[in-house]
Amino acid sequence: MTLGAIHDIGYRHYEGRRLGRAYIIRSLYVHNLRAAYGLGRPARAKVMPFLLAAMMLLPAAGSVAVLAITKEPNTLIVYSQYATIMQVVVAIFLATQAPVIASRELRFRVVPLYFSRPVVPPDFTLAKVGAFATALFVLLAVPVTVLFVGALVTRADKMKPLVMPDGEVARAMPLGDHVLHYLGALLGCVLFALVLAAIALVIAAFTPRRGFGVAAVIAVYMVSSTMVLIVQGIAEARTNFELAGWAGLFAPFNLVDAVQVRLLGAEKAAVAVPPGPWGGPVALALCALLVAGAVAVLSLRFRKAGLS
Amino acid sequence: MPIIATQNLTMRFGGFTALNDLSLAVEPGVVGLVGANGAGKSTLIKILLGLLPPTSGQAAVLDLDVAGQGPLIRERVGYMPEYDCLPPDVSATELVVHLARMCGLPPTAARERAADTLRHVGLYEERYRPIGGYSTGMRQRVKLAQALVHDPQLVFLDEPTNGLDPAGRDEMLALIRRVGTEFGISVLVTSHLLGELERICDHVVVIDGGRLLRSSAVDSFTEVSGVLVVEVEEERDALGQRLATAGLAVRPEGRHLLVDIADEGTYDLIRDGVAELGVGLIRLEQRRHHIEEVFR
Repeated sequence: MTLGAIHDIGYRHYEGRRLGRAYIIRSLYVHNLRAAYGLGRPARAKVMPFLLAAMMLLPAAGSVAVLAITKEPNTLIVYSQYATIMQVVVAIFLATQAPVIASRELRFRVVPLYFSRPVVPPDFTLAKVGAFATALFVLLAVPVTVLFVGALVTRADKMKPLVMPDGEVARAMPLGDHVLHYLGALLGCVLFALVLAAIALVIAAFTPRRGFGVAAVIAVYMVSSTMVLIVQGIAEARTNFELAGWAGLFAPFNLVDAVQVRLLGAEKAAVAVPPGPWGGPVALALCALLVAGAVAVLSLRFRKAGLS
Repeated sequence: MPIIATQNLTMRFGGFTALNDLSLAVEPGVVGLVGANGAGKSTLIKILLGLLPPTSGQAAVLDLDVAGQGPLIRERVGYMPEYDCLPPDVSATELVVHLARMCGLPPTAARERAADTLRHVGLYEERYRPIGGYSTGMRQRVKLAQALVHDPQLVFLDEPTNGLDPAGRDEMLALIRRVGTEFGISVLVTSHLLGELERICDHVVVIDGGRLLRSSAVDSFTEVSGVLVVEVEEERDALGQRLATAGLAVRPEGRHLLVDIADEGTYDLIRDGVAELGVGLIRLEQRRHHIEEVFR
């Protein structure tokens, strides 16, 4: 008898368990989350996401280092402002990774293979939006956590007050405030992640050609933020601060910052946010509308692709 | 119990009628769906998967109604699309494992079934390499494997021999025949080539312009005709002359003679003619109809 021979034992039917919808959605979610960081894909797919994640971490680590050396409490970057400060890196992550999630399976016509199985378009879409939002949340929340842990380790709350050149006194924030601000910033990160993921995925899903999606996401981000900055600049020059505030709703980062400032009590990172008691609720409603609209549009887009 | 049954099924896209009042019932086995490009084959499959609601009429797959029980149908069937549908940057193993999980197979079972299925369709070491480097034949095998990985009761194979060379075509057809016989999975396979389905199907449905042209067992398509094929080593024309003189209707076709069977005596006349000429008789058989004749 030959050792190591392969014996064809013929076809066997599968008698085992078949799991339901929850398992399928969970598998899809994990699959897409891994894909967002290039896991389970060739090495070159991992370069961009990990490079950008490292770039996101650097300023946070630097800020903690400066805090530890100078012992000046105001050197630490404000938690809720981190996403806005780093928005260019975040936008590049959106542009390079949203096409991986939204347009790769459209481009290679893989979608019909899902919908001929017990997968329905809404589940498919929710798994993708959820996975990409989670990937973004990790990108944003990890450096904010580094700042917070840095503040705890260096006892930033016990640092001596600092008298600024203009006579203002920068006092150390009490520990309780650090915790509150950190948790508020995490909520802000969730909102940033959901809104930015929704917008980027829709753009990528309608530009399935390779490279084109990357350019489209960057273009929408750049054009919207630049236009808003111009309008805000003109409005402020004419002392029309109300218009400057409302204009902020039309740039994604500014929109979420408005919710952070008006509803979560954060310090303003954008140029201007909508004023008055309605500013916060309107911004939040707009965020919710964007995410819900994106899910609906993506679901229709994928359903159509499933029939091609 | 029929595995596929449709009743007055009609599908219109705007002004274009893809399926027109189609009623058919198909028993388990390997079933061919034949029609020219644009005859409505792919549309019929999408309706049967419960993905496309028909304009009017009913359809049932495995006794499940396509209108209300689409999800149950899709748990029990497999589907191999006509077009290329494979991402180039993952391996066949990764893709098939993932798609097995999309059918609800737990992680370990998904890996085992993917490995087994890829082996059954004839992909071995290459299954660990990215699909981007595969030949058309290998890609078709991966597409077939993903349709079979969850052990369906029925698979829809849309033009599985498309783009294959003659040898690849033969291999794919043999594989499909094995799926129907050894694996015990019913198959609905489409093609615009009648000849290839004749070889592997138990039953053939012919549609043209969305209408049913014919639906019957392959045996009845290819039933014996009243014509004998006679092939001799040499002296074909001399034999033909002789038989014609004896009163038989003879005509040459290629290297053979076709002789209409008048009665039992026809065989004797041919035998005697061959013996008297002293030539070698290679073939003497009743000709069968070819499925293509349906279209003549």
